[in-house]
Amino acid sequence: MNSDQPDAQTLNLHCPSPIEADCIQLGHGGGGQLSSQLFNEVIAPRFANAELNRGHDSALLNLAGADVAFTTDSYVVNPLIFPGGSIGKLAVFGTVNDLLMAGARPQYISCSLIIEEGLAISTLGMILDDMADAAREAGVEIVTGDTKVVERGHGDGLFINTAGIGVREWPGVIAPQSIQPGDCLILSADIGRHGLAILAQRQGLQFDAPLQSDCASLLPAVTALFDAGLEVHCLRDATRGGLASVLVELAETSGCRFDVRESAIPVSPVVTGACELLGFDPLHIANEGCFVAAVAPEHAEQALVLLRQQAVSGSCALIGRVSEAGDGKVYLETPLGSRRVLRRMTGRLLPRIC
Amino acid sequence: MKYLREYRDRQLVEVLLEKISATLTRPWVLMEVCGGQTHSIVKHGLDQLLPASLQLVHGPGCPVCVTAQETVDQAIAIAGRDDVIFCSYGDMLRVPGSHQSLEGAKANGADVRVVYSPTDALLVAQENPQRLVVFFAVGFETTAPASALALAQARQSGVQNFRVLVSHFLVPPAISAIVEGAENSVQGFLAPGHVCAVTGMEACQELAARYRVPIVVTGFEPADILLGILHCVEQLERGDAAAENQYRRVAGDDGNTVARKWVNEVFEIAGQNWRGIGTLANSGLRLKSEYEAFDAAPLAAPPVLDADQRDCISGEILRGIKKPPQCPHFGTRCRPEHPLGAPMVSSEGACAAYFSYQ
Repeated sequence: MNSDQPDAQTLNLHCPSPIEADCIQLGHGGGGQLSSQLFNEVIAPRFANAELNRGHDSALLNLAGADVAFTTDSYVVNPLIFPGGSIGKLAVFGTVNDLLMAGARPQYISCSLIIEEGLAISTLGMILDDMADAAREAGVEIVTGDTKVVERGHGDGLFINTAGIGVREWPGVIAPQSIQPGDCLILSADIGRHGLAILAQRQGLQFDAPLQSDCASLLPAVTALFDAGLEVHCLRDATRGGLASVLVELAETSGCRFDVRESAIPVSPVVTGACELLGFDPLHIANEGCFVAAVAPEHAEQALVLLRQQAVSGSCALIGRVSEAGDGKVYLETPLGSRRVLRRMTGRLLPRIC
Repeated sequence: MKYLREYRDRQLVEVLLEKISATLTRPWVLMEVCGGQTHSIVKHGLDQLLPASLQLVHGPGCPVCVTAQETVDQAIAIAGRDDVIFCSYGDMLRVPGSHQSLEGAKANGADVRVVYSPTDALLVAQENPQRLVVFFAVGFETTAPASALALAQARQSGVQNFRVLVSHFLVPPAISAIVEGAENSVQGFLAPGHVCAVTGMEACQELAARYRVPIVVTGFEPADILLGILHCVEQLERGDAAAENQYRRVAGDDGNTVARKWVNEVFEIAGQNWRGIGTLANSGLRLKSEYEAFDAAPLAAPPVLDADQRDCISGEILRGIKKPPQCPHFGTRCRPEHPLGAPMVSSEGACAAYFSYQ
């Protein structure tokens, strides 16, 4: 850095700026900085409780002596059916994965459908078939649900909400607060496939190699880690906002400093190429089949071996470490040996002009 | 990935850094003109790796950043009309006007759509004959040919409901304004490779001769940028002031004559209002009279703004007089999710690049 620039520490870079928009913009749903502000400043203060404040993918509850995890998620995606999956598959695997990220074995999920007038029943049928197949694969049952129909123009074909409950049968509290200095950061698969597959389908973009969503159940990967008795401190799937948002959020919540090597992050050539073309950073692209694990250093090598044996995590990699110093930031070492602070995406992904 | 990996090669970068260090005998100030170069420098941390006596200042070459606030306000006013579908490149959506951005206008009900090219906007017009479809034609010599092509196609196929709000800029007058500025400290320029791929070398040669300043046409990958810096520094150390092309794999010395033909067919050179800088003579494009029917400007008049009402120091940023961290609002009141000015919006903007990567 040149000498005339003030030290970043003196700039108070974490001073919260007010939400000046007087209404919700699409960026508030992008999983980046605006989403985080909306949750922290508008939603969380009104519902505040210890479990919500944990900021985890699932709530960790004790019901009549049983340790369970409980989660919910809504799925809005256009197109409803895309290369590598559909909104139905997403709605089951997304909720299943959120339970797994809390160290719980998924058991039961709900299914609420908000259907727009005019949706072809054959399309709905295909999506529900996908949900049934996904539930079977993940070992969960869809045991309750609801159906609403809204007027044409008031929904994007179909919105699905699922909630899920699972049993925390593995020991320890798997949560951001359990991350410890020295932990190894493992990424379970190459990033960027889901977000770009959706974008390419929506915009009619074509690439030499077809882009497919990575939408998948993380059950085989997570059970491989826990059944081997490995000391896993935290799991987080890198969905909306991409790997960058997840790493920043975990570092902030744990108060630890993360050191990540950019060259260690697996990205397929087609994703790299598409991102270069559109002016995106692969670290900001949504995924639906990969997660970050903070694992005790003595178990990291074995974790990588076990993950490589599973199809869903065959391209896993050790991407960094949790450092002793605790400034709650993520430092990315570039392939050229320089270093920068990793930040969340701001709003939604918008392609660059040129 | 081919054509990327070799230009991001660490060994090659280290060799170039060593050569730059070995060449330098005193401090120099260089400007990289293009926002894409700024983005790359900060993303790859090149400024951390270069010798401290070499100062890089960031130029005005980000299309989002230079589009005048009045033009953004005009765009928002046009987008707000019930009969309009407003099409724009993605990163123009978050640029703040006086009161809101196009993204804010969209949230309030305006029909604002992201397109990847002006011909996509023309397709929207053909699919929606009952609505006026307005394309926000922003950018430099790089995007103007695509705007021209869409307009020529619209005219040829008789599309009646297609309009463009033109805010095209030309790079050479901006370089002149920087060199002629009283506060200028820039001693050499890395010219924007993609602009030169269209214009060719002629304008750079004229500028280098007129101002006795080295101008090196430079690409966007780390090795490209370091090679541009090396050649610029070598010239400065020798006392030379020539235009050089170090980006021949993309930018031919003659540029792209077909692209220029289309631009000349549709546009003519005119004065242009640069955000934070003001109006510069002959620094932009306007529609020729044959294409006036496609002009969206009459749909809403631009507002008259009080020049002192802004907190953003984008003018000084864009002319390389100040760096983003020297702004009192950088990172506090002005952040990517709440930009006070355009350089914090696009990832090519100097402020956003600093905020994201440092």
